[in-house]
Amino acid sequence: MKPIVLVCVAFATTGVTAVAEAQEASSSGSSSLNAFNPAIAVILNGQYAHHSLDPDEYLRAGFPLAGEAGPGAQGLSLGESEASLSANVDEKFFGQLTLSVESEDGQDSLGIEEAFLDTTALPDGLTLRVGRFFSDIGYLNSHHTHTDKFADRPLPYQAFLGGQYGDDGVQLRWVAPTDVFVELGGEAFRGQNYPSGGATHSGVGAYTLFAHAGGDVGVENSWLAGVSMLHSKTAGADDGFTGTNRLYIADVTWKWAPQGNTKDGGIQLRAEYLVDDRNGVFTDPDGVISDQDWTGKRHGWYVEGVYRINRLWETGYRYDRLMANDSGPFASGFDPDRHSVMLTWRNSEFSLVRLQLSRDHPNPVDSDTAVSLQIQTALGAHGAHKF
Amino acid sequence: MRNRFLSAMLLSLFAVPAFAKLQVFACEPEWGALVQELAADKVDVSVATTAFQDVHQIDAKPSLIARVRKADLLVCTGAELEVGWLPQLIRQSGNNKVADGPGNFLAATQITTLEKPAQLDRAAGDVHPEGNPHFQLDPNRVLKIATGLAARLAQLDAANAATYQQRLADFTARWQAAIKRWESRAAPLKGRKILVQHVSWVYLNTWLGLEQIGALEPKPGVPPTSAHLSSLISTAKDENAYAIISAAYQDQKPAKWLSERTGVPVVVLPYTVGGDAGAKDLFGLFDSTIDKLLGAAK
Repeated sequence: MKPIVLVCVAFATTGVTAVAEAQEASSSGSSSLNAFNPAIAVILNGQYAHHSLDPDEYLRAGFPLAGEAGPGAQGLSLGESEASLSANVDEKFFGQLTLSVESEDGQDSLGIEEAFLDTTALPDGLTLRVGRFFSDIGYLNSHHTHTDKFADRPLPYQAFLGGQYGDDGVQLRWVAPTDVFVELGGEAFRGQNYPSGGATHSGVGAYTLFAHAGGDVGVENSWLAGVSMLHSKTAGADDGFTGTNRLYIADVTWKWAPQGNTKDGGIQLRAEYLVDDRNGVFTDPDGVISDQDWTGKRHGWYVEGVYRINRLWETGYRYDRLMANDSGPFASGFDPDRHSVMLTWRNSEFSLVRLQLSRDHPNPVDSDTAVSLQIQTALGAHGAHKF
Repeated sequence: MRNRFLSAMLLSLFAVPAFAKLQVFACEPEWGALVQELAADKVDVSVATTAFQDVHQIDAKPSLIARVRKADLLVCTGAELEVGWLPQLIRQSGNNKVADGPGNFLAATQITTLEKPAQLDRAAGDVHPEGNPHFQLDPNRVLKIATGLAARLAQLDAANAATYQQRLADFTARWQAAIKRWESRAAPLKGRKILVQHVSWVYLNTWLGLEQIGALEPKPGVPPTSAHLSSLISTAKDENAYAIISAAYQDQKPAKWLSERTGVPVVVLPYTVGGDAGAKDLFGLFDSTIDKLLGAAK
């Protein structure tokens, strides 16, 4: 527990200093040296989880655990905490750096989660992004986990994206000048991180295409839907795959709220369907099993519904399911699935406490009943979140 | 042939007409109404929110991104009122015309704000470093903003500059006459003590001489609690409160609860254009606000 507390204190101190500096800067006009300091936002997370199945014994039929997949830590943990700095660089660029702190098996790791530049001066709704960032495929992938409604990512995100796919790359996206929101974009990535691997093609190993559309139905309803594809040439991914991997995602989100006041009530529904199509070979990272062909499709989906009771409380249910391949190295006739319910109390826009219960069937033999309690806070600059 | 037809169709979808009207995106109904006063049919106005929405807490909805994408001019409150959604809309729209410069008009930059906090600490609730952003209920500030906005419209749309100046002159004359009328009608309100739901009435209070003796929210943006409401019962009685003021978009339950226990009437004010049947435009907003405040005496 001690290292966690230390980390929190260290971050809290940084945040407070930053706010104090910002305050000084604004009260003394714009002549001070730190007046151009970027906006600083710090997310602090503390979590307690109890799993009936030992996380070390956890096996997901048909889906080896890669990236940040898996049931999460048993007991007290820091969860994912991050510090984000962002500002306009000049009249043509906006920059953001997000550092994340994670504690795994007693090891603290500080990672660069995002470090990117956005152009702010391209005409006609075009934006170019370069650096390290989360891909805009699907719905959840580009969202930071602290904006999720549940304490962990749904199973298909864990299985096909290792929780969240981010990599070094370049993105071009375009918003159409239409009444209905239409956004088209594509990305090229290094292809270092799961589901890609090995940074093939001289370090341009993965490509994506995505399209999102959205709009309103009256004042009280809003929707957003999208289709995306991730194509990667992979050499030695975290799950032992080498070859061509195509991942397709369809997502749809619907929000209804009385008078459109989503923070005071209403319902939010979301579903995403993921299919990966692999053509290559499996090479056991541990060298136990000999190489064998890995081809064919696997599917996964989730649906979630969240009911906002009032400004302070919300509750939700999520069902996620995976469908394994019936041939290849991870052939399985069993479909892992999970039910989760959560209750969240929001003290303010900046802090929440979340209780989540879930029942997970990762393989034909085991089941894992988990309860988690999470405290999450955001300090510093006021965030502006995506829909 | 079919190809040519298709490409013509596509072009007509995306092409901008040569004499396109200025596209204005107004964050709140009051600024949409002000643009209407100054520009009438010379521009197309799209208003992002309604009088029944809490503008502190708007989602960066896809429909709003699409509207910002097409805008030539944003007219918003500023002073961080829209900090939770407007920056996201601008960044996602990829429309650099409205990110800053002439295409970005923030009303707060035209006036001085009240209640600028000396100390910034979120323990004090949802405080705005640039002062209280609910200044649309001070007609004198609205006039200053109108002057700045007319100049901005003229700058962006030089072809209609004369119209904007002429309409500003007309608006100013009608507005100044109306201010005199409102002030004389509201004279009996001077010195009256009021309780408010959220601290969004300081400009109205300052203008009309109303005295705020308490807020139902224990801290700005924090929903009323029963303990805090109970503590206001004696305040309301001892100080002989005149009314409990709530905005059309707010939940009236806490105000009604307090009213039942104190006999102090609840007055639900439109707060912005569209907030009640009378508040059809900016003039109606003030007429209705003063009518309802005076009505509390009966």
